[in-house]
Amino acid sequence: MTEPIIEFRNVSKHFGALKVLDEVDLQIHRGEVVVLVGPSGSGKSTLLRCINGLEKITGGDLIVNGMSVLGGNKVMREIRQEAGMVFQQFNLFPQMTALENVAFGPREVRGLSRKDARDLARELLAKVGLADKANHEPMELSGGQQQRVAIARALAIKPRVMLFDEPTSALDPELKQEVLNVMRALAAEGMTMVVVTHEMGFAKQVGTRLIFMEHGKIAVDGTPRDVIDNPPNDRMKDFLQHV
Amino acid sequence: MEVNWLIILDFIPQLLKGAQVTVHITVVGLLGGVVVGAIAGLMRAYGNAVINAIAFTYIEVIRGTPIVVQVMFLYFALPVLASIRIDPMTTAILAIIINAGAYIAEIVRGAVLSISKGLTEAGLAIGLPRWKVIRYIVGPLAFRRLIPPLGNQFIVSLKDTSLFIVIGVGELTRTGQEIMAANFRAVEIWTAVAVMYLIMTGLLSLMLRMVEKRMRIL
Repeated sequence: MTEPIIEFRNVSKHFGALKVLDEVDLQIHRGEVVVLVGPSGSGKSTLLRCINGLEKITGGDLIVNGMSVLGGNKVMREIRQEAGMVFQQFNLFPQMTALENVAFGPREVRGLSRKDARDLARELLAKVGLADKANHEPMELSGGQQQRVAIARALAIKPRVMLFDEPTSALDPELKQEVLNVMRALAAEGMTMVVVTHEMGFAKQVGTRLIFMEHGKIAVDGTPRDVIDNPPNDRMKDFLQHV
Repeated sequence: MEVNWLIILDFIPQLLKGAQVTVHITVVGLLGGVVVGAIAGLMRAYGNAVINAIAFTYIEVIRGTPIVVQVMFLYFALPVLASIRIDPMTTAILAIIINAGAYIAEIVRGAVLSISKGLTEAGLAIGLPRWKVIRYIVGPLAFRRLIPPLGNQFIVSLKDTSLFIVIGVGELTRTGQEIMAANFRAVEIWTAVAVMYLIMTGLLSLMLRMVEKRMRIL
Protein backbone atom coordinates (compact mmCIF):
# COMPACT_ATOMS: atom_id res chain seq x y z
CA MET A 1 0.00 0.00 0.00
CA THR A 2 1.10 3.58 -0.62
CA GLU A 3 1.98 6.16 2.03
CA PRO A 4 -0.93 6.80 4.36
CA ILE A 5 -2.45 10.26 3.94
CA ILE A 6 -3.13 10.46 7.68
CA GLU A 7 -0.96 8.72 10.21
CA PHE A 8 -1.40 8.79 13.98
CA ARG A 9 1.79 7.73 15.70
CA ASN A 10 1.20 6.99 19.33
CA VAL A 11 -0.95 10.10 19.66
CA SER A 12 -2.21 11.21 23.05
CA LYS A 13 -4.36 14.17 23.95
CA HIS A 14 -4.87 15.44 27.47
CA PHE A 15 -7.27 18.11 28.66
CA GLY A 16 -5.54 18.86 31.95
CA ALA A 17 -5.54 15.59 33.87
CA LEU A 18 -8.13 14.04 31.57
CA LYS A 19 -6.74 11.72 28.93
CA VAL A 20 -8.99 11.93 25.87
CA LEU A 21 -6.78 10.09 23.41
CA ASP A 22 -4.59 7.33 24.74
CA GLU A 23 -1.60 6.48 22.56
CA VAL A 24 -3.56 6.05 19.35
CA ASP A 25 -1.94 4.46 16.29
CA LEU A 26 -3.90 4.75 13.07
CA GLN A 27 -3.20 4.91 9.37
CA ILE A 28 -5.70 6.19 6.87
CA HIS A 29 -5.06 5.77 3.17
CA ARG A 30 -6.24 7.63 0.11
CA GLY A 31 -9.76 6.75 -0.95
CA GLU A 32 -10.81 5.30 2.38
CA VAL A 33 -14.11 6.34 3.95
CA VAL A 34 -13.48 5.86 7.64
CA VAL A 35 -16.47 6.04 9.94
CA LEU A 36 -15.71 6.84 13.57
CA VAL A 37 -18.26 5.78 16.13
CA GLY A 38 -18.31 5.47 19.87
CA PRO A 39 -20.07 6.67 23.01
CA SER A 40 -19.84 10.34 23.89
CA GLY A 41 -16.55 11.14 25.54
CA SER A 42 -14.80 8.26 23.79
CA GLY A 43 -12.52 10.69 21.95
CA LYS A 44 -13.86 10.34 18.40
CA SER A 45 -14.45 14.05 17.80
CA THR A 46 -11.13 14.90 19.44
CA LEU A 47 -9.37 12.39 17.19
CA LEU A 48 -10.90 14.10 14.17
CA ARG A 49 -10.09 17.62 15.40
CA CYS A 50 -6.46 16.70 16.01
CA ILE A 51 -6.06 16.00 12.29
CA ASN A 52 -6.55 19.66 11.35
CA GLY A 53 -5.09 21.05 14.55
CA LEU A 54 -8.25 22.41 16.14
CA GLU A 55 -7.04 20.35 19.06
CA LYS A 56 -3.32 20.18 19.77
CA ILE A 57 -1.93 16.75 20.41
CA THR A 58 -0.02 16.39 23.67
CA GLY A 59 1.92 13.24 22.86
CA GLY A 60 3.19 11.33 19.84
CA ASP A 61 3.08 12.66 16.29
CA LEU A 62 0.43 13.02 13.64
CA ILE A 63 1.32 13.23 9.95
CA VAL A 64 -1.13 14.59 7.38
CA ASN A 65 -0.14 14.37 3.73
CA GLY A 66 3.51 14.21 4.75
CA MET A 67 3.36 17.14 7.18
CA SER A 68 3.47 16.94 10.96
CA VAL A 69 0.82 18.80 12.97
CA LEU A 70 3.71 19.78 15.25
CA GLY A 71 5.33 21.74 12.41
CA GLY A 72 4.15 25.17 13.55
CA ASN A 73 1.53 27.65 12.36
CA LYS A 74 2.53 27.78 8.72
CA VAL A 75 2.58 24.02 8.28
CA MET A 76 -0.71 23.81 10.17
CA ARG A 77 -2.32 26.18 7.68
CA GLU A 78 -1.08 23.99 4.85
CA ILE A 79 -2.48 20.91 6.54
CA ARG A 80 -5.81 22.66 6.90
CA GLN A 81 -5.85 23.33 3.19
CA GLU A 82 -5.46 19.59 2.64
CA ALA A 83 -8.10 18.60 5.19
CA GLY A 84 -11.46 20.33 4.90
CA MET A 85 -13.80 20.12 7.85
CA VAL A 86 -17.58 20.08 8.20
CA PHE A 87 -19.01 20.84 11.62
CA GLN A 88 -22.08 19.66 13.50
CA GLN A 89 -23.35 23.23 13.81
CA PHE A 90 -22.52 24.19 10.17
CA ASN A 91 -20.76 27.38 11.33
CA LEU A 92 -21.48 29.34 8.17
CA PHE A 93 -20.30 32.95 8.29
CA PRO A 94 -23.60 34.73 8.98
CA GLN A 95 -22.57 38.05 7.43
CA MET A 96 -21.99 36.44 4.04
CA THR A 97 -24.29 34.90 1.44
CA ALA A 98 -24.01 31.21 0.58
CA LEU A 99 -21.88 32.12 -2.43
CA GLU A 100 -19.58 34.38 -0.41
CA ASN A 101 -19.17 31.68 2.23
CA VAL A 102 -17.90 29.29 -0.41
CA ALA A 103 -15.85 31.86 -2.35
CA PHE A 104 -14.12 33.25 0.74
CA GLY A 105 -11.61 30.43 1.22
CA PRO A 106 -10.43 30.19 -2.40
CA ARG A 107 -9.94 33.95 -2.46
CA GLU A 108 -8.26 34.47 0.89
CA VAL A 109 -6.44 31.17 1.21
CA ARG A 110 -5.76 29.97 -2.31
CA GLY A 111 -5.35 33.46 -3.75
CA LEU A 112 -7.90 33.11 -6.55
CA SER A 113 -9.21 36.24 -8.23
CA ARG A 114 -12.63 37.48 -7.18
CA LYS A 115 -14.18 36.22 -10.36
CA ASP A 116 -12.49 32.81 -10.32
CA ALA A 117 -13.45 32.33 -6.68
CA ARG A 118 -17.08 33.13 -7.42
CA ASP A 119 -17.12 30.86 -10.46
CA LEU A 120 -15.71 28.03 -8.38
CA ALA A 121 -18.23 28.73 -5.63
CA ARG A 122 -21.11 28.67 -8.08
CA GLU A 123 -19.90 25.39 -9.47
CA LEU A 124 -19.65 23.84 -6.00
CA LEU A 125 -23.05 25.13 -4.93
CA ALA A 126 -24.49 23.49 -8.04
CA LYS A 127 -22.73 20.31 -7.08
CA VAL A 128 -24.43 20.23 -3.66
CA GLY A 129 -27.72 21.13 -5.32
CA LEU A 130 -27.96 24.72 -4.17
CA ALA A 131 -27.26 26.72 -7.31
CA ASP A 132 -30.50 28.62 -6.76
CA LYS A 133 -29.59 29.60 -3.19
CA ALA A 134 -26.29 31.33 -4.02
CA ASN A 135 -27.45 34.75 -2.92
CA HIS A 136 -29.29 33.64 0.19
CA GLU A 137 -27.93 34.30 3.64
CA PRO A 138 -27.37 31.36 5.98
CA MET A 139 -30.31 32.39 8.16
CA GLU A 140 -32.63 32.01 5.17
CA LEU A 141 -31.60 28.41 4.57
CA SER A 142 -32.74 25.20 6.25
CA GLY A 143 -30.27 23.26 8.37
CA GLY A 144 -29.73 20.73 5.62
CA GLN A 145 -29.09 23.47 3.09
CA GLN A 146 -26.70 25.23 5.45
CA GLN A 147 -24.77 22.02 5.93
CA ARG A 148 -24.54 21.50 2.19
CA VAL A 149 -23.17 25.03 1.79
CA ALA A 150 -20.67 24.17 4.54
CA ILE A 151 -19.58 21.11 2.57
CA ALA A 152 -19.16 23.26 -0.56
CA ARG A 153 -17.14 25.76 1.50
CA ALA A 154 -14.81 23.01 2.69
CA LEU A 155 -14.47 21.57 -0.85
CA ALA A 156 -13.65 25.00 -2.25
CA ILE A 157 -10.12 24.93 -0.88
CA LYS A 158 -9.53 21.69 -2.80
CA PRO A 159 -8.71 19.44 0.13
CA ARG A 160 -7.44 15.89 -0.28
CA VAL A 161 -9.32 14.70 2.80
CA MET A 162 -12.70 15.68 4.18
CA LEU A 163 -13.34 15.54 7.90
CA PHE A 164 -16.95 15.38 9.05
CA ASP A 165 -17.74 16.01 12.71
CA GLU A 166 -21.27 14.68 13.28
CA PRO A 167 -22.53 16.45 10.14
CA THR A 168 -26.14 15.34 10.52
CA SER A 169 -26.59 15.31 14.31
CA ALA A 170 -28.16 18.76 14.40
CA LEU A 171 -30.62 18.00 11.59
CA ASP A 172 -34.20 16.76 11.47
CA PRO A 173 -34.51 13.25 10.06
CA GLU A 174 -35.85 14.44 6.69
CA LEU A 175 -32.96 16.86 6.31
CA LYS A 176 -30.29 14.34 7.20
CA GLN A 177 -30.75 12.50 3.92
CA GLU A 178 -29.96 15.45 1.67
CA VAL A 179 -26.65 15.91 3.47
CA LEU A 180 -25.88 12.20 3.48
CA ASN A 181 -26.60 12.08 -0.27
CA VAL A 182 -24.01 14.77 -0.91
CA MET A 183 -21.52 12.85 1.22
CA ARG A 184 -22.35 9.66 -0.66
CA ALA A 185 -21.65 11.36 -3.99
CA LEU A 186 -18.38 12.66 -2.62
CA ALA A 187 -17.31 9.18 -1.54
CA ALA A 188 -18.24 7.85 -4.96
CA GLU A 189 -15.82 10.35 -6.51
CA GLY A 190 -13.06 8.77 -4.47
CA MET A 191 -12.68 11.49 -1.83
CA THR A 192 -10.88 10.35 1.29
CA MET A 193 -13.24 10.90 4.19
CA VAL A 194 -13.19 10.59 7.96
CA VAL A 195 -16.69 10.79 9.38
CA VAL A 196 -17.79 10.95 12.99
CA THR A 197 -21.44 9.91 12.92
CA HIS A 198 -24.19 7.88 14.48
CA GLU A 199 -25.68 7.00 11.08
CA MET A 200 -25.12 3.26 10.95
CA GLY A 201 -26.95 2.98 7.63
CA PHE A 202 -24.51 5.42 6.09
CA ALA A 203 -21.59 3.63 7.71
CA LYS A 204 -22.64 0.32 6.23
CA GLN A 205 -23.44 1.68 2.81
CA VAL A 206 -20.65 4.15 2.22
CA GLY A 207 -17.95 3.40 4.78
CA THR A 208 -14.99 1.29 3.77
CA ARG A 209 -13.83 1.04 7.35
CA LEU A 210 -15.40 1.42 10.75
CA ILE A 211 -13.59 2.38 13.91
CA PHE A 212 -15.23 2.04 17.31
CA MET A 213 -13.61 4.14 19.99
CA GLU A 214 -13.77 3.74 23.71
CA HIS A 215 -11.90 5.55 26.50
CA GLY A 216 -9.60 7.30 24.04
CA LYS A 217 -8.53 4.09 22.35
CA ILE A 218 -9.46 2.35 19.12
CA ALA A 219 -11.43 -0.63 20.39
CA VAL A 220 -12.60 -2.05 17.07
CA ASP A 221 -11.29 -1.45 13.54
CA GLY A 222 -12.88 -3.37 10.71
CA THR A 223 -15.20 -3.47 7.74
CA PRO A 224 -18.49 -1.73 8.56
CA ARG A 225 -20.71 -4.59 7.49
CA ASP A 226 -18.71 -7.14 9.51
CA VAL A 227 -18.45 -5.21 12.72
CA ILE A 228 -21.98 -3.84 12.67
CA ASP A 229 -23.57 -7.20 11.96
CA ASN A 230 -21.23 -9.10 14.26
CA PRO A 231 -19.90 -6.74 16.92
CA PRO A 232 -16.63 -8.23 18.17
CA ASN A 233 -17.21 -7.21 21.77
CA ASP A 234 -20.07 -6.64 24.20
CA ARG A 235 -19.38 -2.97 24.66
CA MET A 236 -19.86 -2.32 20.96
CA LYS A 237 -22.90 -4.58 20.78
CA ASP A 238 -24.40 -2.59 23.62
CA PHE A 239 -23.53 0.69 21.88
CA LEU A 240 -25.09 -0.38 18.59
CA GLN A 241 -28.34 -1.21 20.33
CA HIS A 242 -28.60 2.38 21.47
CA VAL A 243 -27.99 4.24 18.21
CA MET B 1 -31.94 87.41 43.77
CA GLU B 2 -34.75 86.80 41.35
CA VAL B 3 -34.34 84.14 38.68
CA ASN B 4 -33.84 85.80 35.33
CA TRP B 5 -33.51 83.35 32.46
CA LEU B 6 -32.64 86.00 29.94
CA ILE B 7 -29.31 86.51 31.62
CA ILE B 8 -28.19 83.19 30.10
CA LEU B 9 -28.12 84.81 26.67
CA ASP B 10 -25.21 87.02 27.71
CA PHE B 11 -23.10 84.04 28.60
CA ILE B 12 -23.90 81.76 25.70
CA PRO B 13 -20.77 82.59 23.67
CA GLN B 14 -18.60 81.91 26.71
CA LEU B 15 -20.40 78.65 27.49
CA LEU B 16 -20.14 77.56 23.87
CA LYS B 17 -16.40 78.06 24.06
CA GLY B 18 -16.34 75.83 27.11
CA ALA B 19 -18.49 73.26 25.32
CA GLN B 20 -16.05 73.35 22.44
CA VAL B 21 -13.23 72.40 24.78
CA THR B 22 -15.39 69.60 26.18
CA VAL B 23 -16.05 68.26 22.69
CA HIS B 24 -12.39 68.52 21.79
CA ILE B 25 -11.27 66.51 24.83
CA THR B 26 -14.04 63.98 24.29
CA VAL B 27 -13.42 63.39 20.59
CA VAL B 28 -9.63 63.15 20.76
CA GLY B 29 -9.77 61.21 24.02
CA LEU B 30 -12.27 58.70 22.71
CA LEU B 31 -10.44 58.21 19.43
CA GLY B 32 -7.39 57.29 21.48
CA GLY B 33 -9.50 55.33 23.92
CA VAL B 34 -10.98 53.19 21.16
CA VAL B 35 -7.51 52.38 19.83
CA VAL B 36 -6.15 51.56 23.29
CA GLY B 37 -9.31 49.65 24.18
CA ALA B 38 -9.28 47.62 20.99
CA ILE B 39 -5.65 46.64 21.54
CA ALA B 40 -6.12 45.80 25.23
CA GLY B 41 -9.37 43.97 24.53
CA LEU B 42 -7.79 41.84 21.80
CA MET B 43 -4.83 41.17 24.09
CA ARG B 44 -7.31 39.87 26.66
CA ALA B 45 -9.25 37.79 24.15
CA TYR B 46 -6.39 36.31 22.15
CA GLY B 47 -3.14 36.90 24.04
CA ASN B 48 -1.05 34.28 25.78
CA ALA B 49 -0.79 34.30 29.58
CA VAL B 50 1.77 37.13 29.74
CA ILE B 51 0.04 39.43 27.25
CA ASN B 52 -3.27 38.70 28.91
CA ALA B 53 -1.87 39.56 32.35
CA ILE B 54 -0.52 42.90 31.11
CA ALA B 55 -3.88 43.91 29.68
CA PHE B 56 -5.71 42.55 32.72
CA THR B 57 -3.56 44.59 35.12
CA TYR B 58 -4.09 47.79 33.14
CA ILE B 59 -7.85 47.26 33.03
CA GLU B 60 -8.17 46.39 36.71
CA VAL B 61 -6.00 49.28 37.91
CA ILE B 62 -8.00 51.80 35.89
CA ARG B 63 -11.41 50.35 36.64
CA GLY B 64 -10.51 50.04 40.30
CA THR B 65 -9.55 53.67 40.87
CA PRO B 66 -11.63 56.84 40.52
CA ILE B 67 -10.94 58.90 37.42
CA VAL B 68 -10.30 61.99 39.59
CA VAL B 69 -7.45 60.16 41.28
CA GLN B 70 -6.10 59.16 37.86
CA VAL B 71 -6.17 62.78 36.73
CA MET B 72 -4.47 63.96 39.90
CA PHE B 73 -1.84 61.29 39.47
CA LEU B 74 -1.12 62.27 35.87
CA TYR B 75 -1.00 65.96 36.65
CA PHE B 76 0.67 66.12 40.05
CA ALA B 77 2.40 62.79 40.71
CA LEU B 78 3.92 62.11 37.30
CA PRO B 79 6.12 65.24 37.36
CA VAL B 80 7.54 64.10 40.70
CA LEU B 81 7.97 60.47 39.71
CA ALA B 82 9.29 60.83 36.20
CA SER B 83 9.93 64.54 35.74
CA ILE B 84 7.26 64.56 33.05
CA ARG B 85 5.24 67.74 33.14
CA ILE B 86 2.22 67.94 30.91
CA ASP B 87 -0.19 70.80 30.45
CA PRO B 88 -3.76 70.51 31.74
CA MET B 89 -5.31 70.01 28.29
CA THR B 90 -2.95 67.15 27.41
CA THR B 91 -3.53 65.65 30.84
CA ALA B 92 -7.26 65.75 30.28
CA ILE B 93 -7.07 64.05 26.89
CA LEU B 94 -4.62 61.48 28.19
CA ALA B 95 -6.87 60.75 31.16
CA ILE B 96 -9.84 60.06 28.88
CA ILE B 97 -7.73 57.85 26.62
CA ILE B 98 -6.44 55.78 29.52
CA ASN B 99 -9.72 55.66 31.40
CA ALA B 100 -12.07 55.00 28.49
CA GLY B 101 -9.50 52.57 27.03
CA ALA B 102 -9.85 50.28 30.02
CA TYR B 103 -13.62 50.14 29.84
CA ILE B 104 -13.65 49.83 26.06
CA ALA B 105 -11.17 46.94 26.37
CA GLU B 106 -13.74 45.00 28.37
CA ILE B 107 -16.45 45.89 25.86
CA VAL B 108 -14.27 44.69 22.99
CA ARG B 109 -13.35 41.50 24.82
CA GLY B 110 -16.98 40.78 25.62
CA ALA B 111 -18.09 41.38 22.05
CA VAL B 112 -15.33 39.20 20.60
CA LEU B 113 -16.02 36.37 23.04
CA SER B 114 -19.75 36.54 22.34
CA ILE B 115 -19.11 35.43 18.76
CA SER B 116 -19.50 31.67 18.53
CA LYS B 117 -16.22 29.80 18.77
CA GLY B 118 -17.42 27.61 15.94
CA LEU B 119 -17.06 30.49 13.48
CA THR B 120 -13.42 30.97 14.43
CA GLU B 121 -12.87 27.24 14.02
CA ALA B 122 -14.60 27.27 10.65
CA GLY B 123 -12.31 30.09 9.54
CA LEU B 124 -9.18 28.38 10.82
CA ALA B 125 -10.30 25.07 9.31
CA ILE B 126 -10.21 26.47 5.77
CA GLY B 127 -6.63 27.49 6.39
CA LEU B 128 -7.04 31.17 7.19
CA PRO B 129 -4.40 32.72 9.43
CA ARG B 130 -5.83 33.86 12.75
CA TRP B 131 -5.54 37.56 11.92
CA LYS B 132 -7.74 37.09 8.87
CA VAL B 133 -10.29 35.24 10.96
CA ILE B 134 -10.37 38.21 13.33
CA ARG B 135 -10.30 40.80 10.56
CA TYR B 136 -12.93 39.32 8.23
CA ILE B 137 -15.11 37.00 10.30
CA VAL B 138 -15.14 37.69 14.04
CA GLY B 139 -14.37 41.41 13.78
CA PRO B 140 -17.33 42.51 11.66
CA LEU B 141 -19.73 40.42 13.77
CA ALA B 142 -18.28 41.64 17.06
CA PHE B 143 -18.38 45.25 15.86
CA ARG B 144 -22.15 45.16 15.62
CA ARG B 145 -22.47 43.96 19.19
CA LEU B 146 -19.99 46.61 20.25
CA ILE B 147 -22.04 49.62 19.28
CA PRO B 148 -24.61 49.78 22.11
CA PRO B 149 -22.16 49.40 25.04
CA LEU B 150 -19.65 51.60 23.24
CA GLY B 151 -22.30 54.30 23.05
CA ASN B 152 -22.73 54.12 26.80
CA GLN B 153 -19.03 54.55 27.35
CA PHE B 154 -18.87 57.52 24.97
CA ILE B 155 -21.55 59.28 26.97
CA VAL B 156 -19.89 58.47 30.29
CA SER B 157 -16.56 59.78 29.01
CA LEU B 158 -18.14 62.95 27.69
CA LYS B 159 -19.57 63.66 31.12
CA ASP B 160 -16.32 62.68 32.82
CA THR B 161 -14.63 65.64 31.15
CA SER B 162 -16.46 67.83 33.67
CA LEU B 163 -14.10 66.76 36.40
CA PHE B 164 -11.11 68.31 34.65
CA ILE B 165 -12.28 71.33 36.55
CA VAL B 166 -9.86 70.07 39.22
CA ILE B 167 -6.83 70.80 37.07
CA GLY B 168 -8.19 74.00 35.64
CA VAL B 169 -9.10 72.98 32.11
CA GLY B 170 -11.53 75.52 30.69
CA GLU B 171 -14.20 73.05 29.66
CA LEU B 172 -17.91 73.56 30.03
CA THR B 173 -18.29 72.90 33.76
CA ARG B 174 -15.30 75.04 34.60
CA THR B 175 -16.70 77.83 32.44
CA GLY B 176 -20.01 77.61 34.27
CA GLN B 177 -18.21 77.72 37.59
CA GLU B 178 -16.28 80.83 36.56
CA ILE B 179 -19.38 82.68 35.39
CA MET B 180 -21.20 81.69 38.57
CA ALA B 181 -18.36 82.92 40.76
CA ALA B 182 -18.68 86.35 39.18
CA ASN B 183 -22.48 86.81 39.21
CA PHE B 184 -23.90 84.15 41.60
CA ARG B 185 -26.58 83.22 39.06
CA ALA B 186 -26.55 79.59 40.15
CA VAL B 187 -29.97 78.56 38.85
CA GLU B 188 -29.60 80.10 35.41
CA ILE B 189 -26.01 79.14 34.77
CA TRP B 190 -26.16 75.55 36.02
CA THR B 191 -29.39 75.03 34.12
CA ALA B 192 -27.71 76.30 30.96
CA VAL B 193 -24.68 74.09 31.56
CA ALA B 194 -26.88 71.05 32.14
CA VAL B 195 -28.87 71.72 28.98
CA MET B 196 -25.67 72.02 26.97
CA TYR B 197 -24.48 68.66 28.26
CA LEU B 198 -27.86 67.19 27.39
CA ILE B 199 -27.61 68.52 23.86
CA MET B 200 -24.15 67.02 23.44
CA THR B 201 -25.04 63.61 24.87
CA GLY B 202 -28.31 63.69 22.92
CA LEU B 203 -26.48 64.28 19.65
CA LEU B 204 -24.02 61.53 20.50
CA SER B 205 -26.86 59.07 21.19
CA LEU B 206 -28.52 60.03 17.96
CA MET B 207 -25.34 59.47 15.98
CA LEU B 208 -24.82 56.08 17.57
CA ARG B 209 -28.38 55.07 16.89
CA MET B 210 -27.92 55.96 13.25
CA VAL B 211 -24.78 53.84 13.03
CA GLU B 212 -26.65 50.99 14.70
CA LYS B 213 -29.55 51.29 12.28
CA ARG B 214 -27.33 51.24 9.25
CA MET B 215 -25.88 47.93 10.32
CA ARG B 216 -27.85 44.75 10.40
CA ILE B 217 -27.50 43.36 13.87
CA LEU B 218 -26.78 39.66 13.72
